[in-house]
Formats: sequence, structure tokens, C-alpha cells
Amino acid sequence: MNSSSDKRLAASSHIILTIASLSCLLPFVLLVIGSFTDNNTIVAQGYSFFPEKWSLDAYRYLAVLSAPLIRAYGITIFTTVFGTALSLIITALIGYGLSFPNLPGVKYLSFFVVFTMLFNGGLVPTYVIYTQIFHIKNTIWAQIFPGMLLNGFNIMLMRSYFQNSIPASITESARIDGAKDLHIFFRIVLPLSLPILATIGLLTGVMYWNNWTNGLYYLTKPDYYNMQNILNNMLNDIRYLQSGAVGDYAGDLLSALPANSVRMAIAIIGVIPILTVYPFFQRYFVKGITIGAVKE
Amino acid sequence: MRKAASIPAKPAKRKTSIKRFIPIYAMILPGAVYLLINNYLPMFGLVIAFKDINFRKGIFGSEWVGLKNFEYLFTTSDAWIITRNTLLYNIAFIVLGIIFGVTFAILLNEIRQKILLRTYQTIILLPHLVSWVVISYFTYAMLSVDTGMINKSILPLFGIEGISWFTEPKYWPFILTIMNIWKGFGFSCVVYFSSIVGINKEYYEAAQLDGASRLQQIFRITIPMIKPTIITLLLLNLGRTFYSDFGLFYQVPMNSGMLFSTTNVIDTYVFRSLMQIGNIGMSAAAGFYQSIVGFIMVIGANLIVRKVSSENALF
Repeated sequence: MNSSSDKRLAASSHIILTIASLSCLLPFVLLVIGSFTDNNTIVAQGYSFFPEKWSLDAYRYLAVLSAPLIRAYGITIFTTVFGTALSLIITALIGYGLSFPNLPGVKYLSFFVVFTMLFNGGLVPTYVIYTQIFHIKNTIWAQIFPGMLLNGFNIMLMRSYFQNSIPASITESARIDGAKDLHIFFRIVLPLSLPILATIGLLTGVMYWNNWTNGLYYLTKPDYYNMQNILNNMLNDIRYLQSGAVGDYAGDLLSALPANSVRMAIAIIGVIPILTVYPFFQRYFVKGITIGAVKE
Repeated sequence: MRKAASIPAKPAKRKTSIKRFIPIYAMILPGAVYLLINNYLPMFGLVIAFKDINFRKGIFGSEWVGLKNFEYLFTTSDAWIITRNTLLYNIAFIVLGIIFGVTFAILLNEIRQKILLRTYQTIILLPHLVSWVVISYFTYAMLSVDTGMINKSILPLFGIEGISWFTEPKYWPFILTIMNIWKGFGFSCVVYFSSIVGINKEYYEAAQLDGASRLQQIFRITIPMIKPTIITLLLLNLGRTFYSDFGLFYQVPMNSGMLFSTTNVIDTYVFRSLMQIGNIGMSAAAGFYQSIVGFIMVIGANLIVRKVSSENALF
């Protein structure tokens, strides 16, 4: 008698999860369709899953607007790669250092890290210090340093990985053989830590790719805008790309800008890398979330 | 190696042991310097809430004004509105986040086909991976007055006039809550699911032998077993109720001034006062207020978590 109720439960699980999955996918589909819709159709009919007239205009205009977009894409790629690499190295180094239980003062140093998770100065002092003391405004470093490079949580995750998953006997015997600490770290410890490096690296990479607030806070000129900053400005001001970023183009060409569909096309090229990479690394994302949310 | 160096029996040996650790301190140094600059300097920088900041005179040269900035802040109605909004939204998000996260984790646990399980999990995590900027494109495509799908395609079906979404504050508590759940439910589902997967299978086998249905097993085994996880996450989130997701409250309503009564939270208020209105004093006062009350709440929540399940506390 239970089996029929069990079957109903399984069936409704499938139905509800399918609906939820669709709710997560359809907005992306709407973006894609919007980018392939004729601009006048959007004006008349609105964004729709079933547009009356399709068009490739948006992507043709992307080619015209390509200069600032390619630059922004380059900034995004550079800050993501450089920022993630730097972040991983520094996080791993400090996490490794803190994994020595008999390091004199290690308790205070750990507290120094943990306290940053409990208390922070917030936007105003951070902004004042980065702009007034370090003069980071309108430099590429604004997209890499403030608030992004390290966080206490990742450091503590690294530390517990080194403590629990790297057998002390391996590093110990290397030391007895006369290996230097840096050598042990790069040649022995890091190669054994690929799972945690991949997990934290991916989460950090996505954070850099998606970062738009640093550009909003610290950039008043468009020179170092990344894709997210371009997208942000495009949404608020549809003519942004014509006015600010591309002065060289004649107004004529751009007065016909199919703004409604171009917007969606730019949003698409901004998310496509994440969407393509994600399914292959899904395992690491899930792992990152699980170890990050409830500390083990 | 860790054990080898842990025998500082005599003071003389201790000296060599500190020397031995010099390379290790050097490895800690870059990270420590960054935290010092990025996290600790701003903590001390909180004092600017008590100053009349003038960039020409610098942080140290600016004059002390005591509680002036706070007096200004708390005599406006803004202080009350942003506190109310921040707290109410967070409470709604926490409660609904648990309900959705746990429900979907339980549903996911009913899926026996490995491929489908992975597919569902992959898809519902998608919204978590895109920025609020991209998500604001979704809401724009749905809600835009002239070109939005809701105004153009859905409301006409019911014969309802188009709604000017970005100027009507009354809709935004619902819109923001929906968007928050939409972006976050996959994430919390994964968290609770991992906790469900960790439950000992023998409980279920025993229940099956006794003839319990899956539904009974859910209410008698699954939910009681993940209760510690739920409580821990609840407390940790309650500790963060003075902070909010800046992107959700700034980007999704497109910074529309007409909506501030229901979309302004402490984080957006601090940002707008600093960057758009240029009132550093007011902004610093609101930021100070958030940091201090936020700190007390985080500490309080962690003290309780330490009582409930000590391994999950931050300190």
C-alpha cells in the first residue's frame, strides 16, 4: 500500500524539480531569443519567447561596437586569470603557514584571520583608504585588490585541508633530506592539494568574472571597465556604448542601433564562458558550496 | 615535520625553533599584509564617522565633530526605513530560504536516476553563478514598461493594463523576495542535500522493514536528522541580518529613486550617500552603525552556535 504513495512522491519530485529547472533555464533562453529578435518586433511586441520576426542585427552591430567590448573582455579575462592565480598562491601560502600547530604565535595569527570574518569596516573607510592612501582609483588594480584577493574563509579551508589531507610524514621526510620549506610547499604540498585548489580557484574565478561592484566604486572612467561594468552601464543607459566608449563612430550608423536586442546580445557574450565551463566543473562547484557553507 | 619541531624543551632549543620557522613566517607575510590593508585599516578607518571628512586635509587632518554625523542620520526618516527594510527582507529571505532549500533537497533525494539527479542539481545552481547585473537583464526583459514580457504578453491575456513596475514601490517586496529565492535556492538546496546524503542508510533500511512509506521516512528520519544543519545555518544567517546583498537591492530595481521606500537597505544607503550624494559623514555614520550592530549580532549568533554545535562556530 505504501508503494503507490512512494511512486506518487517520486513522480511529484520529478515534476516539481522539472518546473524549478525550467524556471532557472527560461530566463537565459529569453535572453538568447531577445538577442535574435528584430528590434522593431521588440518595440511592438516586447521581449517574447515567440517573436514574430527574427534578426541577426544585434550581432552585426556587436561587430561595429567591438572595440570597447573586446577591451572590456580583455580586462575581464586578465583580472580573472591574474586575480585568481594571485589569490590562490597567497591563500595557499598563508593557509600552509597557519597549518603548523607548533608555529610560535600561530593561535594569534589564526585569530587575526578569523576576526576579519566577524568584523569589517564596511564600504566608506575601505573606499577612503584605497582611494586616498593607495590611489587605486581608475587603475586596473581596482578590479583586482579591494575586497577580492583574500578572504578568511578560504584561508581557513586551505589550512584545514593541509592539516587533514597532507600526511605529515611526507613533508617531514623531505625536510630530513634537506629540502627547503618553499621547495616542500611548491613541489610536494601543492601537487597533493589539487582538489582544494581547484575548488577555491573556481569559486574565486567566478567571483572575479562576475565582479561589477569594484568597477562601480573605484572607476569613474571607462578605461578599465570589465564586461560586467559595460553591461551595468548599458542597462541604465541604452546609448552608453555610443556616447561614452566609442566616440569615433559616426552618429549616423549608431542612430539605427537596435538597442533592445544588442543589450541582450552583450549580456549573452558576458555569460557564455561561465555557462560553457560550468557543466564540466560542476562537481567542484558543488564541493566548494558544501565545504564553504557548513565548515567541516 | 610538525611533530619534529614540537619539542622546545630548553630555552636554547626554542630559539633555534623560531629561527627554523622564519621561512614559514615569510609565507604568511603576503596574506597578512593584505588582510592588514584590506580588512584592518578600514576597521580603524571607522573613526571617520566621528569626523568632518575633507579630502584636502586628509583623514588625520579632518576635524572631529563628535556625534554630529549620527545626529543628522537618526533625525532623518531614512535611518528607520533602511533598518526596517534590511531586517524584514533578511528575515523573509532566511525563512523562505530554509523552506525552499530543505524542500528541494528532500525532493532531490527522492530522485534515483543518477543522470537526472546531476542534471537537476546542475540547472538549479545556474542562477547562483551569474551576477546580479546579468540577472537585472532578466528582470528588465520581464518588467520593462514598454518592452517587458509581463506588460506586453502576460497582463493583456487577463485584460490588465500595463504596470509601471519601476515606479511602484508596493510590488518590490515581492519582486526582490522572488529574485532572492530564485538566485539562492539551488545553493541552499545543495547544502542541505549534502547533509541528507550524509545520513546513515541503516535508519532508512530499518524504517523500510517496519513498513514506513517514503513520506513517513522524510518526516521521521530526514528532517530530524538534518535539524542541526538547519539550526546552525539559521543562526549564522541571523547573525548577518544587518547586512544585505548590495546587488539585489541596487541592481535589480535599477537604482530607481521612486522605489527607495521599499528597496533601500543599509548597504545601498551607504553607497548612495557616499558616491551619488557625496555626503561622506552621513554615509560613514550609517556604515559605522551597520558595522557595530552587525558585529554584535555575528558574535551573538556564534556564541549560540557554539552551544548548539561547536564544530560549526567561527570561533
